[in-house]
Amino acid sequence: MMNQLERSLLDRYQRGLPISATPWADMAQELGVSEQEVLSTLQKLREQKFITRVGPVFDHHRAGSSTLVALAVPPERLEEIADFINQFDAVNHNYAREHEFNLWFVVTASDQAQLQSVLDTIECATGMPMLNLPMEHAYHIDLGFKLAWQE
Amino acid sequence: MSACDLLCDNVMQLAECDRQLIELTQGGLPLVPQPYHELARQMGISADEVMLRIQRMQDNGVIRRIAAVPNHYKLGFRANGMTVWNVPDEKVSALGEQIGALDFVSHCYHRPRHPPLWHYNLFAMVHGASRDDVQDHIAAIARLLGDDNHGSDVLFSTRILKKTGLRIRARE
Repeated sequence: MMNQLERSLLDRYQRGLPISATPWADMAQELGVSEQEVLSTLQKLREQKFITRVGPVFDHHRAGSSTLVALAVPPERLEEIADFINQFDAVNHNYAREHEFNLWFVVTASDQAQLQSVLDTIECATGMPMLNLPMEHAYHIDLGFKLAWQE
Repeated sequence: MSACDLLCDNVMQLAECDRQLIELTQGGLPLVPQPYHELARQMGISADEVMLRIQRMQDNGVIRRIAAVPNHYKLGFRANGMTVWNVPDEKVSALGEQIGALDFVSHCYHRPRHPPLWHYNLFAMVHGASRDDVQDHIAAIARLLGDDNHGSDVLFSTRILKKTGLRIRARE
């Protein structure tokens, strides 16, 4: 169970961490606690894996070309095909999902030509129906995420 | 070529210092009283310059936000459903903005259709404590869309087969 300070830090600081010489002290002042309390609480949240990190979230869409790809593979071959796909450095996320299109992965490359070449290789080698679904527009405002605290 | 080379050479023309800063901070800021000073020390530049560069990357969108980044799974959001919607193309932007603003939606994207295999053009990642919770959220989105909902589906993830978060590496 989380204490009030832990919750406040998570609620308030999913964005807008101050860029200052002493960011934790600034946050401490805003929350009415000490700098050391902020620091040790963040350290504890990170150690307990309630947060993955404290820092900048970079926009990786700005780095080259990327796309979301879906494959419809026979369930008995999912493992084998996933292993094949995961070998590509260009593949950075790969999820099994409950659907006819049951393998969903993100491919990122330095440019469109390189991206297409990875997709062609995967399509050719697997021979499976493939959807290439590049992002056309992002609407997520990325304000962070509302956490519903369960008592 | 690494993702960072791209970021530097092709897209944002990031300076070497910015590239180094991304490398040093993508796993998180050092949890010491003066984290930007600590980064400055590691890079051999002034803390003011570090803060200036971080501020500039935030202003131009390379940094989306600076945050205590929650681990949603650990915080009880055990179900996530990729919901997909078929909405009129001319309305996709307006509807996407509305859905993206919902507090249980973490990402909302317009993507192309692939008829006849795939008719959905709007994707929204929905998070909940359980699948029932996610289904309630889906019902809320359907209500919001009303007559503009020409079909939808939800794809629950069953397994993460690969997830590599840190993608910008030091140059060889």
